[in-house]
Amino acid sequence: MPDITLSHPADVDGWRTAARRLLADGVPPVSVTWTVAGEQPSLFADDPAPLMEPPTGTVRVPRRFVELADMALRHSDPERFALLYGLLWRVNRDDRGVLHDPADPLVRRAESLERAVRRDIHHMTAFLRFRAVETADGDGGKDDDGPYVAWFDPAHHVVEAAVPFFVHRFAAMRWSILTPRRCAHWDGRAVRFSPGVTRDAAPDGDALDDLWRTYYAATFNPARVNPAVLQTNMPKRYWENLPEASLIPDLVKGAAERARGMVEAAPTAPSRFGRAVERTRR
Amino acid sequence: MDLRRKLEILADAAKYDASCASSGGQRRDSLAGGIGSTTGMGICHSFAPDGRCIALLKILLTNVCVFDCLYCVNRRSSNVPRARFTVDEVVRLTLGFYKRNMIEGLFLSSGIIRTPDHTMEELVRVVRCLRLDHGFRGYIHLKTIAEASPELVEEAGRYADRLSVNMELPTEQGLATLAPDKTLPAIRRSMGQLHRRIEETQAERRAPRFAPAGQSTQMIVGADGADDRTLLRTSDTLYRRFRLKRVYYSAFSPIPDTSHALPSKAPPLVREHRLYQADWLLRFYGFGVEEIGGAGGMLDLDIDPKMAWALAHRDHFPVDLNTAPRETLLRVPGLGVRMVDRLIDSRRHRRLRLEDLGRMRVPLRKITPFVVTADHRPTRLLDREHLRALLAPPPEQLSLF
Ligand code: SF4
Repeated sequence: MPDITLSHPADVDGWRTAARRLLADGVPPVSVTWTVAGEQPSLFADDPAPLMEPPTGTVRVPRRFVELADMALRHSDPERFALLYGLLWRVNRDDRGVLHDPADPLVRRAESLERAVRRDIHHMTAFLRFRAVETADGDGGKDDDGPYVAWFDPAHHVVEAAVPFFVHRFAAMRWSILTPRRCAHWDGRAVRFSPGVTRDAAPDGDALDDLWRTYYAATFNPARVNPAVLQTNMPKRYWENLPEASLIPDLVKGAAERARGMVEAAPTAPSRFGRAVERTRR
Repeated sequence: MDLRRKLEILADAAKYDASCASSGGQRRDSLAGGIGSTTGMGICHSFAPDGRCIALLKILLTNVCVFDCLYCVNRRSSNVPRARFTVDEVVRLTLGFYKRNMIEGLFLSSGIIRTPDHTMEELVRVVRCLRLDHGFRGYIHLKTIAEASPELVEEAGRYADRLSVNMELPTEQGLATLAPDKTLPAIRRSMGQLHRRIEETQAERRAPRFAPAGQSTQMIVGADGADDRTLLRTSDTLYRRFRLKRVYYSAFSPIPDTSHALPSKAPPLVREHRLYQADWLLRFYGFGVEEIGGAGGMLDLDIDPKMAWALAHRDHFPVDLNTAPRETLLRVPGLGVRMVDRLIDSRRHRRLRLEDLGRMRVPLRKITPFVVTADHRPTRLLDREHLRALLAPPPEQLSLF
């Protein structure tokens, strides 16, 4: 009974190498145990298998499978490695088309992992905030290239998958992204990963937070208050990290009153400026 | 006046523009220099308590305006406080927020100061500085001032991802009463000019860049007497004639210092929602504009426009999910474009049953009266007079107060 040990929780490459080998050897899904180094080994694990040599022949799988596995394997579900190997087995053995059947239970489970991971990556690109540390003028001037530090707490193992977005966007800055799972550091040339840290390793605020809060409050239209939609789109678990979130309760509470005020206010006489322009345009 | 107070006034003044998209157009990154990227897919970096996405720093350069559009908080006769950003202030705010990953870019508009050309020039100065002096590669949406000179519009299109001219009201008469300084022909001329330039650029690969994310517009709902049919016909024409990427509908909203020429009551927000749904039917579901909405020219507020169409055309149903062509499936209430494509994929492998639909998270309650599957055929349900009552959401509970 092969026991495969992957080097870290998002070790997609390690999984692929092992899965190819297992497939080439004809090892069925039921007889494989998957573990991540340093995590609780499964109860009946044998001695760890020797490091896997990649098989010589290549296994051909549909492109869609590669795409699906690359995301789904980053989920925090401990069953993910087994599940994807099970699917790979089926795709390879008897049913290439199964991936295109969203009503198939196994495909559906893999797809729901994939969806959750994509969502997590999306949330990370959306709600992560960089904070400037030790800059002379923290107001976005030309020399404001960092360093910046961000804190984020992803639900899945998505740091590696999300990092290219930040590199492409903020290539000229120097930054670190800290998370409890893994950290990423960009020095302007290359990314380095390091083990996860706790919240207190990251700075708490930024000189621009106040201006951002001003913007947030001003861009809100009290006549359309709808906190339910806000919460669906921006789940509360991210609020702790967002400077503007502290304003939400008061903005919501005061909204009805402000809207009523606008409706009930008596129309005023045209402004002096308005009258002056009016005269010139007539 | 300090920067914070200016930001407060000029963000407040810009928020009635509903557009927030930051998607489409080119993909760019900053690996070879500059700052920023566009991925083709916009990101909402926050949500306001009104539920709206915050993707762009949406501000006016100034809220001083010589026009007097009665629905607008910035009209010259309004008594709101006025402010004006310098070019440098807008640039600094944009880059500062951008580098902290708070925004996708800038949405910049302005009140009309002095003349359309003067205003346009000011707007162009900001985006030129962002693009050329700072190598900004993020998203820029720029309002085009109707009747600004073609050279200025040309330069704007070189720097902006998206340009837009607001339609505001769909009829000449509506404009004459509520926005006396604007006219339909002028608005159409501006849109036509943008359309021509966008097409030319797309046809020729080496042409200088011009608004790669296209143009959009906005119409205000409920400030004049225009009904939904009129609004939708206008949108339909705009989509077809000028290839607009989006038409935004903005339910007229109470504003500080309201003009007495406006209706005292805002239209229900659900009307705006129904217009967006109808707009999607036009663009993605193959509906013709005359098919949508009832005889009165207004959309049903209780049920969505596709459901309303289905209830009025019961002879088109039930539809067999295992055999019907795509365009027929698109007309089934409760089935979105993506779901239709997934059903088509899936039925190549199996005869669809209700449990398959459940697993694919199709809204069963809504769809079962209209479809046939391997194990289901609606019998009496479609004939039942009170099908509408069954499917419409229950009326809102009155609260004791
Ligand atoms: S032109 Fe009309 S809509 Fe635009 S800012 Fe001036 S008053 Fe408002």
